[in-house]
Amino acid sequence: MMKKFPYYPGCTLKQYPKKFGIPSEESARALGLEMVEIPRWNCCGAVASLTADDMMHQVAPIRNLIRVQEMNDEGLVDNEYRLVVFCSMCFNTLKRANMMVKENEAALNTINEFMDREQDYKANVEVVHFLEILRDMGFYRLEDMIKKPLKGLKIAPYYGCNLLRPKEVGIDNPEAPTIMENFVEALGAEVIDNPLKSLCCGSYHTVGGHKDIVAERTYAIVNAARKAGADMMITACPLCAFNLDDRQALTKELHPEFQHMPVLYFTQILAFALGLEDKAGLEENYVDARPILREKGLMD
Amino acid sequence: MTRVVMLNDNSEAFTKKVNEMTNDMITLCEQCGICSTSCPVAEDMDIPPSEIMRLVQLGDEYVLETKAIWVCASCYTCTVRCPRGVDLSKVTEALRQINLRTNVNYLDIDNLDSEEVEELPAIALVSAMRKYTG
Ligand code: SF4
Ligand code: SF4
Repeated sequence: MMKKFPYYPGCTLKQYPKKFGIPSEESARALGLEMVEIPRWNCCGAVASLTADDMMHQVAPIRNLIRVQEMNDEGLVDNEYRLVVFCSMCFNTLKRANMMVKENEAALNTINEFMDREQDYKANVEVVHFLEILRDMGFYRLEDMIKKPLKGLKIAPYYGCNLLRPKEVGIDNPEAPTIMENFVEALGAEVIDNPLKSLCCGSYHTVGGHKDIVAERTYAIVNAARKAGADMMITACPLCAFNLDDRQALTKELHPEFQHMPVLYFTQILAFALGLEDKAGLEENYVDARPILREKGLMD
Repeated sequence: MTRVVMLNDNSEAFTKKVNEMTNDMITLCEQCGICSTSCPVAEDMDIPPSEIMRLVQLGDEYVLETKAIWVCASCYTCTVRCPRGVDLSKVTEALRQINLRTNVNYLDIDNLDSEEVEELPAIALVSAMRKYTG
């Protein structure tokens, strides 16, 4: 039987469904986990609001958490208050807002009063990343469900910032994480340790006058993965995915000797390993991963 | 470059304001410099993160004019490494917001090339607008 979870897609999974949304939802389904999209969800704001006097930007994330209460009231999910998120940025933003109101009753009251047409948020939702659901399920069980083990493929996980930091929000040890490594092993691939796996890619500097910051970080991160022996990288953050994949074009302009490397969203490679090749959106990436998958005999 | 720190009647109030906006992060800093050696974008900054902290401690509002507060990418590396528990990302955010609340944006979205905007994912635009505009 399918286990139902409230699910927050966020903008990127919807904007590029073939690359992010479909591989995520379909992989979950293949694992017996039904992602029930929050009705009328709104943008979380993408980045956490960090100052004590900025309550306004906490409203959007909290409103999404109220929807999770409603889903339980209406029977869309059965007493399930864990909200599943795939995007690392949404995860970080929603979880931090949630932590803030759980620790600060006055702030919770202010936000509840401000949203006077919504039911009160009772601070009872838990924001979880999909990788945590897989970890709780047991990576050995994921391994059993893999249809196409990625034998011989060398994958370097890339964490970036939002999955790991700050410590209270991160899903693993911020300095020595292993969750993505365990994930890669469960898919049957070989784990490659990239020493720069949690170096910031430059994030939103990809917009406006500081794009070179991103292109240079991409240069360093991809080269470190290559030096360590990787065939490809994976990431759970859609903005990292854009910076490390699409921005390779700019990196190449700045460094003509730079060699491209495929960077997949983690559910793309998951869908592929689950035998859902037509749902993995492999034709959507800037750097095509299919040649290396063919070379390894994993694809026709 | 040597810089003479200029203090004035506002200095104390400025330190106090940033301290309040960051839940008391300012006095904790002991100037060890770990944030500056950990920061992935320190080389693109005009002053390193630990100096941002020092200027705020002293109340020198010059810190508001630095490039460094905008180059900070809110990556939280300094946050997890600071031995004093300072969340420096809150300090750069407060300094950006003090600027943005005067109605001066760091990024003019109208100046972006429309072709470029076309290819950017919404997540990039939303996060950049949140950090660079008020
Ligand atoms: S790491 Fe912490 S204590 Fe050390 S200089 Fe930076 S903010 Fe100050
Ligand atoms: S949060 Fe900002 S100052 Fe701190 S390490 Fe990251 S980029 Fe540097």
